[in-house]
Amino acid sequence: MSSNGHSRLKTLFEKVWDAHLVRPQTDDLPAVLYIDLHLVHEVTSPQAFTMLRERGLKVRRPDRTLATMDHSTPTIPRGADGIIPVHDQMAAAQLDVMRKNCADFGIPLYDLGTRNQGIVHVIGPEQGLTQPGMTIVCGDSHTSTHGAFGALAFGIGTSEVGHVLATQTLLQNKPKTMAVRIEGQLHAGVTAKDIILAIIAKIGIGGGTGYVFEYMGEAIRGLGMEGRMTICNMSIEGGARAGMIAPDDTTFQYIAGRPAAPQGAAWDAAVAKWRTLPSDEGAAFDSQVTLRADELVPMITYGTNPGMGMSITSRVPDPATLSDASQKLALDKALTYMGLQPNQPLLGKAVDVVFIGSCTNSRIGDLREAARFMKGRKVAEGVRMMVVPGSQQVKAQAEAEGLDMVFREAGAEWREAGCSMCIAMNGDQLQPGQYAVSTSNRNFEGRQGKGGRTFLASPLTAAATAVSGVITDPRTVMSERENA
Amino acid sequence: MDPIKTFTGTMVALPINDIDTDQIIPARYLKVTDKNGLGAACFSDWRYEADGTPKPEFPLNQVQYKNAAVLVGGHNFGCGSSREHAPWALIGAGFQAVISTYFADIFRNNALKNGLLPIVVDEATHQQLISLAQEDPTAAVTVDLAAQTVILPDGRAVTFPIDGFSKHCLLNGVDQLGYLLGMHHEAETYEANHPARVNTALVAG
Ligand code: SF4
Repeated sequence: MSSNGHSRLKTLFEKVWDAHLVRPQTDDLPAVLYIDLHLVHEVTSPQAFTMLRERGLKVRRPDRTLATMDHSTPTIPRGADGIIPVHDQMAAAQLDVMRKNCADFGIPLYDLGTRNQGIVHVIGPEQGLTQPGMTIVCGDSHTSTHGAFGALAFGIGTSEVGHVLATQTLLQNKPKTMAVRIEGQLHAGVTAKDIILAIIAKIGIGGGTGYVFEYMGEAIRGLGMEGRMTICNMSIEGGARAGMIAPDDTTFQYIAGRPAAPQGAAWDAAVAKWRTLPSDEGAAFDSQVTLRADELVPMITYGTNPGMGMSITSRVPDPATLSDASQKLALDKALTYMGLQPNQPLLGKAVDVVFIGSCTNSRIGDLREAARFMKGRKVAEGVRMMVVPGSQQVKAQAEAEGLDMVFREAGAEWREAGCSMCIAMNGDQLQPGQYAVSTSNRNFEGRQGKGGRTFLASPLTAAATAVSGVITDPRTVMSERENA
Repeated sequence: MDPIKTFTGTMVALPINDIDTDQIIPARYLKVTDKNGLGAACFSDWRYEADGTPKPEFPLNQVQYKNAAVLVGGHNFGCGSSREHAPWALIGAGFQAVISTYFADIFRNNALKNGLLPIVVDEATHQQLISLAQEDPTAAVTVDLAAQTVILPDGRAVTFPIDGFSKHCLLNGVDQLGYLLGMHHEAETYEANHPARVNTALVAG
């Protein structure tokens, strides 16, 4: 309510923000926000638990906290005992610390290899814990993924992990809002991943700094929840801490029946409430950007940040055409690292590794899409293809559908669930100089292994590339198959 | 945390745009369970050859920059991962402040929580500082948080923005968790008025 008594038009973000104010922001003080769900993983939490111990504090709401293991966990096959062996001593120690912290503080933990374990941003939606209108945080920048459900979800640092563990609240200054409109419909062979890579290429990796994105428009409404998660996941790659999508029937259908979803009368009440969340018609955004889905083709990155992306049919840009000295330097540096020449096409470029996985593209729909390509085909000689499901549940589902056999018969590796080569801290990594087409979200120098060189793309593009051994436009493979 | 006092320090420039936290501290160093000892790994992949020998051309390895307390980075410093290991590593490497034209949001928050000052200056000042650092490694700036100014060697004082609460906490050594803990009545009231949306105990294991 505004001071004159009638309610103001609000965006989705503002509705969620306002509903979580323990104390509103003032000129001198940030807002205190209540956090509905806190997700925890082994890499960014140990120091926060240490802080709690040092001060003799408890976890305020273990019942609104959930921990998993994903970043430093191996994805190698289980031993005869059914257990995933951890050979790296530092990783093993870190996992033990996570176990002890969860046991000492009463936090539920999805331990390595157990049936619900997986990447932190895959398990929340899978369990039905990620629901519209919630505030969700995690010591992980891709927490933005959960915004696909109309939640306000963002990554925090380890100090803030400690704040939320101890108080279930967080100090925040209110961000600005940006409407990101994707009008029109996607053509065949073009996916959610291509939309988000195109947005980031357009606005740059710092373009969303200080903002929360709200994705809207016909193309967004036409996506399923997995595609929406792929888009929100990479909001941070555009500089925005959070990206949100208004909940609709697609959202409700996805949540219905999941373990943590409301049941019976509570479900009906929840849905009625969720229907009030979408931005009011005419609500004001601080900024906006528009993209046409029907003009998009498959995207690929050529450089060392996710903003250095282009249509797969384009040529690598030429630093000589840039007027800004620092941009020129950045592109020069990126092309040197990538071993690419200005004006070179990427189509036909040989790759060493194809990685299908990560919280961007490791859900069952991603694996189905990739498997559709791989069926009856072989991974090209000299190419290593890794398929890493996002969670044990995704893995089990894929195996029930026989997708694992499609990948195995094609010559790909079918792995245990985890972050794997997205962050390369678990032993799954590129060798120096190797090229990879990867469905993950970051192509920073060394991200997938020291000296490794990453091209970010969709699962379709990754699968098409695995089969031909060179960067391939999936649309050409699709038409070949249709014509055969 | 100790209160931040006015300090004077020399600068080292890394005029590269979009320095991401994977460069500041590569992921393979994140298997630690404490905050200490990350300084030597700061910018590891830019700083060392494959065999571990320091690259002589990398500014942080040069003797004249060894004691620099202020890092001048390119635009959009600290983008990417939320790892707080990034400010821990920069502090471990001896830095008290980073200067850029703008910072990624999570990095800025993390830096402020650890007493590493993220200082935003205009483009012209940014360029001037980079040139200064490159031409004269002894050139020092004075950072006065209370006045929110960086004083350049020529005496010019440039103001920088910082939110009032962070400034108060840093100047007085106040820890933000203490403030939040002091709000537990408000949090209880909130909980009383807003039933839990989810219960993780129901989906444990
Ligand atoms: S899959 Fe990659 S981006 Fe996602 S949480 Fe894991 S490391 Fe981070």
